[in-house]
Amino acid sequence: MAKLLAVTILVIAAVSAIPIEEHIWTAPADISTHGPLIDSQMSDTMGETGLCFLAGQFVLALFIWMYSGRGREHRIGRFPGGATGLVIAAFLIVGTEVIALGVLGSKAWAQVYFAPLKPGAMTVEAQAGQFAFYFRYPGPDGKFGPIHPEMISDATENFYGLDTQNDPASKDDIVTAEMAIPVDREIQLWMHSKDLGHSFYVPALRIQQDFVPGLDLSIHFTANKIGKYEILCTQLCGLGHYNMKAYLEVMSRQDFDAWLKQQAALQ
Amino acid sequence: MHDVRATQEVKHHGPPASFIRKYIFSIDHKVIGRQYYGLGLLAVFVGMGLSWLMRLHLGWTSLAIPGLGWLNPVGAPGGLMTPEYYLQLMTMHGTIMVFFVLTVAPFAAFGNFFLPIQVGAEDMPFPHINMMSFWVTFAAFAVLISSFFFGDGPSLAGWTAYAPLTAVGSIAGPGQGLGQVLWAFSIALFCVGQLLGSLNFIPTTLDLRAKGMTFSRMPQTVWAWFITSCMGLTAFSVLMPACILLIMDHLIGTSFFVPSNLVVSDQLQPHSGGSTLLWQHLFWFFGHPEVYIAIVPAMGIVSHVLITSLRRPLLSWKTIVASMVSLAFLSYMVYGHHMFVSGMNPVSSLVFSFPTLIITIPSTIIVLIWLGSIYQSRLRINSASLFALGFISMFITGGVSGFFLAQPSLDIMLHATYFVVGHFHFVMAVAAIFGIFSGTYFWFPKMFGRMMNEPLGKLHFWLTFVGVYGIFMPFHYLGLAANVRRYQAFVDDYTTRLVPVHQFSTIFALFTGAAQLIFLYNLIHSRFWGKLATDNPWESTSLEWTTTSPPPYDNFGGRHPIIYHDPYQFGVQTASGTDYIMQDSPEESVSEETRSSS
Repeated sequence: MAKLLAVTILVIAAVSAIPIEEHIWTAPADISTHGPLIDSQMSDTMGETGLCFLAGQFVLALFIWMYSGRGREHRIGRFPGGATGLVIAAFLIVGTEVIALGVLGSKAWAQVYFAPLKPGAMTVEAQAGQFAFYFRYPGPDGKFGPIHPEMISDATENFYGLDTQNDPASKDDIVTAEMAIPVDREIQLWMHSKDLGHSFYVPALRIQQDFVPGLDLSIHFTANKIGKYEILCTQLCGLGHYNMKAYLEVMSRQDFDAWLKQQAALQ
Repeated sequence: MHDVRATQEVKHHGPPASFIRKYIFSIDHKVIGRQYYGLGLLAVFVGMGLSWLMRLHLGWTSLAIPGLGWLNPVGAPGGLMTPEYYLQLMTMHGTIMVFFVLTVAPFAAFGNFFLPIQVGAEDMPFPHINMMSFWVTFAAFAVLISSFFFGDGPSLAGWTAYAPLTAVGSIAGPGQGLGQVLWAFSIALFCVGQLLGSLNFIPTTLDLRAKGMTFSRMPQTVWAWFITSCMGLTAFSVLMPACILLIMDHLIGTSFFVPSNLVVSDQLQPHSGGSTLLWQHLFWFFGHPEVYIAIVPAMGIVSHVLITSLRRPLLSWKTIVASMVSLAFLSYMVYGHHMFVSGMNPVSSLVFSFPTLIITIPSTIIVLIWLGSIYQSRLRINSASLFALGFISMFITGGVSGFFLAQPSLDIMLHATYFVVGHFHFVMAVAAIFGIFSGTYFWFPKMFGRMMNEPLGKLHFWLTFVGVYGIFMPFHYLGLAANVRRYQAFVDDYTTRLVPVHQFSTIFALFTGAAQLIFLYNLIHSRFWGKLATDNPWESTSLEWTTTSPPPYDNFGGRHPIIYHDPYQFGVQTASGTDYIMQDSPEESVSEETRSSS
């Protein structure tokens, strides 16, 4: 039975590795300028941890195979190097791995969160609410009008609580249900929740950031492939959470300008 | 020679006189341990039943589940689950499993029964508080389950109960009013129950050890329960007030977790000044130690069972204990890795990232010591050792995926995906449950005086071992493909192709769940009709095996054991021909074999 267990462990370990080795199920392809660093970090981590996984299961299986059912005629042995050797090995192997992954991973993280905003970046605002995203563009004046929470109403379709009668900056704000951005231009996204915790997850863009009620946050990114991608909510926000989605359309500069003009006309 | 501590001389209480004092409001730690085990068993089958329903729905979203419409015509009209009902079942599954199974069984149940016996004590120092600990925990479970029957059902906010979804009341959705208050009340009660338990475990370990039971002679399980109690004191004492603040936000108009200017369902909320991140900090300051509250006792059980099965001591007990202490200590410094993309400052994310990576070192050391101890041992295969070995496999699998989630840059992709669900089910849930199974097969004879059926135990192991890999390994693939968790259906373009993976997982979940009925049958049948157990059926060495099966009400029948050895004198040759020496036996080894191997 022990030998069967050893074989089972080995088979499970090998079979488990196949879908990863063969890339059968993968995330949508990256469309961001910062994504390659995340993807390579993911791949390095997979290589190192995959090796640990296979080695750990292999040694477990091997020892179960070799040392089960031995009678008292077999002398109990001491693992070469003893506990001290194993502790040193753990510190060396895992310690090195930890430092390598930690330092390299920090670089990828820094590129997303610590890189300064480039001049000429375009600002877009995202608002999350049960169970829809809305996006706001500042219009020709380049300014967002103030939000009046008491005026927010889905019934009157004033999703952002804008007072277009009295706030000059609000008059030309463009509110949309779909997010469009020009390709190869850095976007600064201001994130605002009108009600509860939500999240802005665009797998293809390698971006995930929670909306925090009471706290406006900003992230920035550059998309470098034209196309239509999904924006999902990953922060449980109620019964319609699974269906809280929107689309991000990355367009050529000309298409984006035309789209924005069209949206402005619809306001 | 070892430092010898004075043993207790005063009897705590006499034998129970009535049925109620013996079986219901008992102050005997063994009865309380059995009661906790029974509660854990009830909870695990409820939690597993909920997971069956969830998995069926995730595999085949338009499936009308037979009987569910009758059980809950509102949540599942015609058997077809509504989105909110799915989330309610999910919330209850997580809450029941984390609190009432993973904490209750390895820590409260086995700890209550065996900690006093293993240190040679007659009972815990505060038996009435111990009794209260169980009944408060039971009340917590009853309150949680009652939320199915009141208002619009249980909370749908997940076991993590993130505010402000959980703090603004029923306007946020079904279950967010009364259901959420009952959830918070239940968890606050649970915290009280476990605090009372920890208050007993710590002095039992420190003050009630038998003569000769020095710290270095305490079994691995005692160390594990002691470390866990210390964690319990600090972790539950943070979650309990957090739950009370949450209840106050609901009932008396405070705003601890709700900021101003929130508009929910077109209504401006009458709150101001609160912080949504405050809940996350409080919750995860409890939540991450909770992972170790579940897993450290299971590690102790695995070490304890493994040593008996290997017929040798571990390569180094001190290294394992030091690693468990390190895990406990570090667990408070890593909690922020649950919050990398929460809106917390990105520098804080890096600060939390490094201890999270470092915590893999003590975990690795523990695994390596186990593996190194199997080397050239005399491994005996039985149901208990199979589950202990299975634990190691699960812990390796779940442990390595932790490397991904410790890195903020990868968390951008993996946060809130099935990768996280796969990770914690392996490393915390299934591993701890394997520890519980291992402990059950090992200690059942001592707890109930009868042997469990070994062939059925082995069958249970095989089906469960293969089954859990079939359920949870695909979760990693789903997560790598960015499949978001806590969705009741997969409507996104890129996730629809992943549905067959969910169906695969569901089939294994049904199969593995059904295999647990074998365990339940074995448990019940063996309890009444199993072969009578001898005092020491596994030829083990620690104090629980020196007394009768089951032990008398005062554990040692009026005897005060004196300890002469460390707890794991295996691989020796004695004058009586055994390969082990009991901890309280003055007998010495006639061979130096153990010395050379420990």
